[in-house]
Amino acid sequence: MQAFPKKPASPTNATPVEYTEKNLTTQSYLPEIFKGLGVSMKHFFANTRDMVKGQRPDPVLERYSAGVSTISYPEQKRPYPERFRGVHRLTHRDDGSPRCVACLCCSTACPAQCIFIEAGEYPEGDKRRGYERFPVRFVIDELRCIFCGYCVEACPCDAIRMDTGVHAVPYDSRDQFIYDKTALMGFTGRDGGHVTQNPRHEPGEAGHPGVDREHGH
Amino acid sequence: MMTSTLLVASIIKILVIVGFLFNVAGLLTWVDRRQSAMIQDRVGPNRAVIKIGKFELRVFGLLHTAADGVKFFFKEDFMPPKADKLLFSLAPILVMVPVLALAAVIPMADTLCLKQIHMTAMVNGAEQSWWPAAERVGTCTTDSVEGAVSPLNVGILYVFAMAGQGIVGAGIAGWSSDNKFSLMGALRAASQMVSYEVAIGLSLVGAMMTYGTVRLDDMVRWQGENAWGIFVQPLAFFLFFVSAVAESKRIPFDLPEAESELVSGYFTEYSGMKFGMFYFAEYMEIVTSSMLVVVVFLGGWQLPFLHRDGLTIAISDVVLVETVKMSHLLVTIIGVVTFFGKTLAICFIQAFVRWSLPRFRYDQLMRLGWRVLLPAALANIFITGLVLLAIQDAGPSVQGALKTAADVTQGIVAILLASLALRGVVFAFSSRKIEHVLVGSAAAMSNARGGTKDAPMGA
Repeated sequence: MQAFPKKPASPTNATPVEYTEKNLTTQSYLPEIFKGLGVSMKHFFANTRDMVKGQRPDPVLERYSAGVSTISYPEQKRPYPERFRGVHRLTHRDDGSPRCVACLCCSTACPAQCIFIEAGEYPEGDKRRGYERFPVRFVIDELRCIFCGYCVEACPCDAIRMDTGVHAVPYDSRDQFIYDKTALMGFTGRDGGHVTQNPRHEPGEAGHPGVDREHGH
Repeated sequence: MMTSTLLVASIIKILVIVGFLFNVAGLLTWVDRRQSAMIQDRVGPNRAVIKIGKFELRVFGLLHTAADGVKFFFKEDFMPPKADKLLFSLAPILVMVPVLALAAVIPMADTLCLKQIHMTAMVNGAEQSWWPAAERVGTCTTDSVEGAVSPLNVGILYVFAMAGQGIVGAGIAGWSSDNKFSLMGALRAASQMVSYEVAIGLSLVGAMMTYGTVRLDDMVRWQGENAWGIFVQPLAFFLFFVSAVAESKRIPFDLPEAESELVSGYFTEYSGMKFGMFYFAEYMEIVTSSMLVVVVFLGGWQLPFLHRDGLTIAISDVVLVETVKMSHLLVTIIGVVTFFGKTLAICFIQAFVRWSLPRFRYDQLMRLGWRVLLPAALANIFITGLVLLAIQDAGPSVQGALKTAADVTQGIVAILLASLALRGVVFAFSSRKIEHVLVGSAAAMSNARGGTKDAPMGA
């Protein structure tokens, strides 16, 4: 029953709301009150039964089922998606040193300017000297970081990654959020390893382009 | 009559009813939290824990109630600087005491005849003892222990008097707080409770006319011999229940507290244990109002077909099951348990009402009280009077038919209870349909780990 039948048809394609006719049944509210109580009871008894029997639906796998789908956080954790951007890590080479070559691409790309790198030269005689540098200090301020992932995109060496699966952790004081090189190298990827699947060729190895200041391309 | 026996009996009765009142009021705070959680598909509070070494005691969040109590005692007992110091401290007491005092007249069980509990006699030269059954009708005049702490002859009138005192406490609390929100809450509380007091009183008049008494225990006896009040006075039951919910100032009638408008209404300025007393009095009011509903409309300690002497299933003159004699003490204990069980069920339903219905607007509340409940109660009295007169003038055949109808209602109650129990058992063993849906890599990873439940987040 239309409450305002004289109202002209709407020029838009919106569906007009169906109004319920006012009569004793609707105005006394009683049928709806009992219906509402019934819904409450249905939820209450079903959920209580499930809680007692320990048959709560899995909050992720069975989230479309009715029932209590709360994740009790510290004890239960939602698995993050595969490409979830968590806390950064610095990947390792085979010898355990960072893959980072201190090119400053990540700190340049960082819109929050949270990455600080102090680059250093390898000592005279090291076979990497002349090819690349290394980070003496590599510091990320996790409070400034906006977890955009641009640093990962910018890195030419696959040296910085955000695949730890660890979300930003709460700490007591601000200085605890400043992760230095040791901390960043301490994190592992989701597979538990410090290296990446991408190959890396050291100077002198087959496959290394062998580009340096003297030879060029 | 031994006065010491009476004294001991009185102390036991006081301990039982006050203990029940306090414990159930405390439990109701927990029920409110966990029940609302279950209704709304949540888990509810379960974090309060006692740790002894590695052992953790959580008891389904029951400890939150204990934590609440501890918190009340250790919080600062703040009083606004310009508050009326005497009245401000007096108000929580004035709210709490009438609720407790009201419980004094509630009959928990039928009169217990001390001489009939246990008997010994010499039979054929040997001493024999047995637990006899009581008489079906009537009670003993001497050596009797009444079911109520104080079985007043004015019964229900005392209940009205005590229930009305709640207004005083709420009004004084709001007035003495020196806070406009509190004052507004107090005004609302006073007008709301006065309005619904009228509906409560008049709805019970019909019941009093039917039972022909104002004594609460006699009301229950009448219901045991005839039909429960909910069958003879259904409208009065409904009106009384609505008014009782309104009297306890809970949703959908929580206008005096009105979080969205008045912060916390008349006890805005209270903290610590004084607030705790308001909070607790509210829950005790639920219990006492449930007790009243049970006594006046749901047959108090009576169970269908269970009489003072034992079980007799009979519809009018047709006896289906011959009297199974039960000892007097056993019947009394069953009565006490029944009474408290019914009270808990009504408390439970009140909690459902609180978590299902939205709030009234203030004018709607007043309109419901004065323009719906009051005329309905008056009409109920009028119709009850007419019907009672008609029955008086009617012949014995009508009286017999009424008696049969009354017995049938007892049968209906018994069948309803049995079917509810059966349904509950069937329901407990059923389980819901659970859909297993994998959407996104998170669900895929969760699936690979065997579900979210025990899965650590992983490195």
